[in-house]
Amino acid sequence: MISLNQVKKVFATPHGEVKAIDHIDLTVEKGEIFGVIGYSGAGKSTLIRTLNLLEKPSSGSVLVDGQDLTKISRKELRLMRQQIGMIFQHFNLLWSRTVYENIAFSLEISNVNKGEIKSRVMELIELVGLKGRENSYPSQLSGGQKQRVGIARALANHPKVLLCDEATSALDPQTTDEILDLLAKINHKYQLTIILITHEMDVIRKICHKVAIMDKGKIVEQGKVLEIFQHPKHPVTQRFIKQTVNDDDSHEIIQNLITSYPEGNILQLKYLQDTIEKPFISEAIRRYNISINIIHGKVIHTQEGGHGSLYIQLTGTDSEKALQYLTESGIELEVIK
Amino acid sequence: MMLDNVNWQNMLNATTETLYMTFFATVFVFIFGLIIGLVLFLTSPYQILENKWINGILSAFVNIFRSIPFIILVVLLIPLTRALVGTMLGPTAALPALIIGAAPFYARLVEIALREIDKGVLEAATAMGATLRTIIFKVLIPESLPALISGITVTTISLVSFTAMAGVIGAGGLGNLAYLEGFQRSRMDVVWVATLIILMIVFIIQQIGDFITKRIDKR
Repeated sequence: MISLNQVKKVFATPHGEVKAIDHIDLTVEKGEIFGVIGYSGAGKSTLIRTLNLLEKPSSGSVLVDGQDLTKISRKELRLMRQQIGMIFQHFNLLWSRTVYENIAFSLEISNVNKGEIKSRVMELIELVGLKGRENSYPSQLSGGQKQRVGIARALANHPKVLLCDEATSALDPQTTDEILDLLAKINHKYQLTIILITHEMDVIRKICHKVAIMDKGKIVEQGKVLEIFQHPKHPVTQRFIKQTVNDDDSHEIIQNLITSYPEGNILQLKYLQDTIEKPFISEAIRRYNISINIIHGKVIHTQEGGHGSLYIQLTGTDSEKALQYLTESGIELEVIK
Repeated sequence: MMLDNVNWQNMLNATTETLYMTFFATVFVFIFGLIIGLVLFLTSPYQILENKWINGILSAFVNIFRSIPFIILVVLLIPLTRALVGTMLGPTAALPALIIGAAPFYARLVEIALREIDKGVLEAATAMGATLRTIIFKVLIPESLPALISGITVTTISLVSFTAMAGVIGAGGLGNLAYLEGFQRSRMDVVWVATLIILMIVFIIQQIGDFITKRIDKR
């Protein structure tokens, strides 16, 4: 649906040239929710803005639905943009228009006739859950409601792609979840391709299928969300993941466990998506003469399943055999002591 | 002695002339000022029609006409007025000078009003694939309307005082009446009544402007 090839954007500043994004290659399949995460200044905002050419790349090509946006005429670009919805961190609604009129705006742009506008707008208001608020002005709405208007407006022309530029960054956690649920629902219902940028790993975890991590204008790692969560390679990725997992695997905690549970072995089990649902621990206890004491653990859920890690204390005469059994079952495990 | 010298019929005629000049000048100033202001805004750096040359030339033109004292502008524009209106006398003859004197001022106010529009909103419209025409008529003008209205209110009020100045050199209206029939003949009551009427006109314009601005501002 979308592919970026060697896209580069250079800004001229008084202190010389700054590479906002540097030779980016990216492919997004139809129906996917693709997240781009990075700290501020990583270039993610520039990246998403090249996808509808709000930012014209210095070099490289931007293909949306097979069309290279950098090569088409202004008029073709305008028509293409009507097929690419976009929502913003600060919503960017017209204060002079009501909810209804704001949504109608994007339909007016694509010359839809009045009758059709009415039915489409009402349908969208229903979809985003703003029934009864159609005659309110943006100043009378909460942040979450404003973003719902933004989403309705972006979806009005049945776009092929929805771009979300930090769409939840100005919202509180509760409202963020509601908006993410709405985006996931839309993705599911219409098989709409969504690309979002964020600095919150939680957003990626909750709704994205794939993720790209950006640092200093480059994509340093990308892949399926679950795999990235299980095996983050780049230090920036690891930092983002710690942020969402509350970092309780810290060195101190493990040292603490070792002193608090002096007997037997202490193991860390890492569950992957296939193993998470099977009762390996009870199976091990049944088969061997061991006892297992669960001392610390957590499971994280993403769009495509969960993964978890569990700290256990293993004692008993069959400890060695039990260890072997667990390893053979496909659980990744680390003997801490 | 109080108000003995006031000829109410003349006063009424002069008031009508002042209102006539103010009204038509305002209409044209609004149109020209809006157009010039839009071009100034759209051709400025980082805007849709960024163009250093057009922006620079128009900006210089606006600054020059804004700096010329109005009374001198009237004199400088005598040939143009003669060519357009055919005479230098009467309220219609004041219109070219009034419009050329006030339009650049209003154009600057328009430009400032447009700059105040949230950049994100313009970006959203561009991202939706809006044409320049849509951006002008459905985003720029509606989103800056309260500032455009309060700007034209201020401009109209300065136009009222411009009409009084133009009146001194023959354009008619309350300024002309106050100067010729009042000041020149030492009839201060005429001056005072004319001034009072001008004050009332200004006051009413301000009230109307404030009322409309308040009504349309949904922020």
